[in-house]
Amino acid sequence: MIAEIGLAALWLAAALAVLQLIGGFVGARNESSELTALVRPAAVLQGLLCAVSFLALVYAFAVTDLSVKLVATHSHSMKPMAFKLSGAWANHEGSMLLWIAIMAFAGGLIAFIERRLPEKTMMATLGTQAFVGIGFYLFILLSSNPFERLSPVPMEGNGLNPLLQDMGVSFHPPTLYIGYVGLSIAFSFALGALLTRNVTPEFARVMRPWVLGAWIFLTIGITAGSYWAYYELGWGGWWFWDPVENASLMPWLAATALLHSASVLAARDALRTWTIMLGVVAFSMSMVGTFLVRSGILTSVHAFAVDPERGSFILALLALYIGGALIVFALRANTIAEGERFSLLSREGALVVNNVALSAILGIVLLGTLYPLLTEAFDVRVSVGPPYFDPVSAIFFLPMLAILAVGPLLRWRKDSFDRIRLPVIIISVVTVAVLALVLALSDIGVLPLLGMAMSVGVAVASFMPLRGRAIRRVPLAVWGMCIAHFGVAVGLFGIAADTAYQKERLVAASPGDTVDIGPWEATLASISPVAGPNWTAMQGDIFVSYEGGPATETFPQARSFWAPQGETSEVALVTRWNGQLYVALGNMAEDGRWQLRLWWKPFVTWIWYGGLLIALGGALALVGRVVGDVRRRSATQRGEERRAEEAALVAEPAE
Amino acid sequence: MRWLLPILAAFALLQPAAAQDRMPPAPYAYTQLEDPALEEQARELMHTLRCLKCQSQSIADSDAPMAGDMRHQVRSRIAAGESPDEVRNWLVSRYGDYVSYEPQVSSTTWPLFAIPIVLLLLAGTVLLRRIGRPTDTADEGESA
Repeated sequence: MIAEIGLAALWLAAALAVLQLIGGFVGARNESSELTALVRPAAVLQGLLCAVSFLALVYAFAVTDLSVKLVATHSHSMKPMAFKLSGAWANHEGSMLLWIAIMAFAGGLIAFIERRLPEKTMMATLGTQAFVGIGFYLFILLSSNPFERLSPVPMEGNGLNPLLQDMGVSFHPPTLYIGYVGLSIAFSFALGALLTRNVTPEFARVMRPWVLGAWIFLTIGITAGSYWAYYELGWGGWWFWDPVENASLMPWLAATALLHSASVLAARDALRTWTIMLGVVAFSMSMVGTFLVRSGILTSVHAFAVDPERGSFILALLALYIGGALIVFALRANTIAEGERFSLLSREGALVVNNVALSAILGIVLLGTLYPLLTEAFDVRVSVGPPYFDPVSAIFFLPMLAILAVGPLLRWRKDSFDRIRLPVIIISVVTVAVLALVLALSDIGVLPLLGMAMSVGVAVASFMPLRGRAIRRVPLAVWGMCIAHFGVAVGLFGIAADTAYQKERLVAASPGDTVDIGPWEATLASISPVAGPNWTAMQGDIFVSYEGGPATETFPQARSFWAPQGETSEVALVTRWNGQLYVALGNMAEDGRWQLRLWWKPFVTWIWYGGLLIALGGALALVGRVVGDVRRRSATQRGEERRAEEAALVAEPAE
Repeated sequence: MRWLLPILAAFALLQPAAAQDRMPPAPYAYTQLEDPALEEQARELMHTLRCLKCQSQSIADSDAPMAGDMRHQVRSRIAAGESPDEVRNWLVSRYGDYVSYEPQVSSTTWPLFAIPIVLLLLAGTVLLRRIGRPTDTADEGESA
């Protein structure tokens, strides 16, 4: 019964989306139309119905309702509750339902609270949001129904892929999806503004917090995903340039560029068409990512061709939405004036460089991700991996870092080098000094070397914008920028240090053996079997000590799951401020010894601290902007009231 | 059900040994080379070779038996004095270009290298045009 309610809610929501689409576009042409009044309620109700539908699915998973096909194929009654719940979105149908639920919810949210834009633009925006939504409703309802029943009802479910039975997976997809799908708001706003010819600084100010919100979640999602891969896959890697990872990185790159160009539009009324373009591109990248992950094309182009229903459906949606948006853009872009002009040495100039670099990196990641799929269609199989992505993206990333260090020091419109000479000299001296020091002390690759030197330079530079300001009166948004830029430096330092200085030991050991790794000493005490709710494991008992200090006991496990069958490695991590010791237990070797894999990864945790700092910076900026906006609004309102009162006072004596 | 667990745990004890029977002994699959310099060469190379049985993993990051086999091959050949490039070429001749994450410039892969150069030129022109022109007008505006 609950499953049927979920399905009915989804159909109703789809019907409301049609109403919202018609009402929105009629309203955008003719504000006085009766349909206009229906658009916002339709959007809000749609969000609520999708929430009901999603909760119905979560409920089916929570009680392991095996008559629902999706539950039977992806869940198991003996699974821990947390993984039963997360199982609801750890599969194709469930994740698509999560996608549409977030999309409808976000649409409902802007319909409910966003009243700053002209109503016409709002109507076109909500109409676009519904137009995109309808495609995904159809996709779910016609080809990926999560509520499909199964008869006869099986005795037990198939269970969930052991790799996915982890708290990381419980939070990673929802945050990532909020980010992905939140960008649909930017897409709709961009098209709404384009269609109603209303690309103004006010529009950028309205769009910015929504983009910022999505971007924060995307940042957290990518960071969490990277950490999950790091500890769950058992080999110490944290970024693989895997197409699935690239699929999440591409919208992030576009959204980052969008945030910065929206700032230029909001502050200076420049870069109008470019901002609109990025709004379109950001969500297009989300859709491309969904297509890559959900169509099965990554496993093999040929597998996609054999069962093309879902893949072709998403591909058609992609063509319709991205193509449609680009056509509207091409038709309307020339009606938008270029906007204000500025000189090279200005804040805008730096932000343009940043935007061009981010877009170029986006282009390279897109190329490297899609190219193998393209050649595979012609039966030529090539692989593009780290040896390609690392250096090619660095060509654009390193100059961008230099601009990131200097840009925030510049004034809008026009600035002179003399004014920023001192901070620039300090930043350059620090960078060169670190470069020389690292070069003198160790022999490492060019990219880690440059990365390490520039990360320190950027770290110093990131707080330079506070120089000469009264610290307590610095706006929250500026703090946000400083912290986010500092986060880039912290993350980059972690990446460079781990790449350059990590130590690896792979050994076969018996109880009693001691292994040295970097500054660590690890002693294998014993190996014993342990059991969990749906797995058994061999657990190592290993004592580790740092530079001869007190020993810490660690318990890495090699787990075997039985429903479905699979093995995972539960690694033991010992975290210090300057890095992490990573201990993984492998299989028993022929001679009865056990395979141990150990890594000493200096400063590796800084990668994720950096990611979190970037998100924190975004959150501060978001709070600062929203609070500032509310204050400004209430101030203008009070001013208007006072003026009205004064007018009344003046009017009275005249009577 | 709890009484079942020790029995199942005992089964788990047997499992790894059973798993070992399925594959030929490959000593270097999970063991490093003695010489740190050679091991470093092998490690770098392994990170750029695709595990053919996995989805998007290098052989240095995979538990798959085939990845273990390939690690053994790479380490043995490096230990025998082959250069990383020779090993890569041998693997490519055996498994095709697909095995190497480091695409080489060829008739099928040239766009991978041409497009970034085009992007670089494009970025340069955009910046020059975007920034060069407005400066003039801004200066004129000021002098006027």
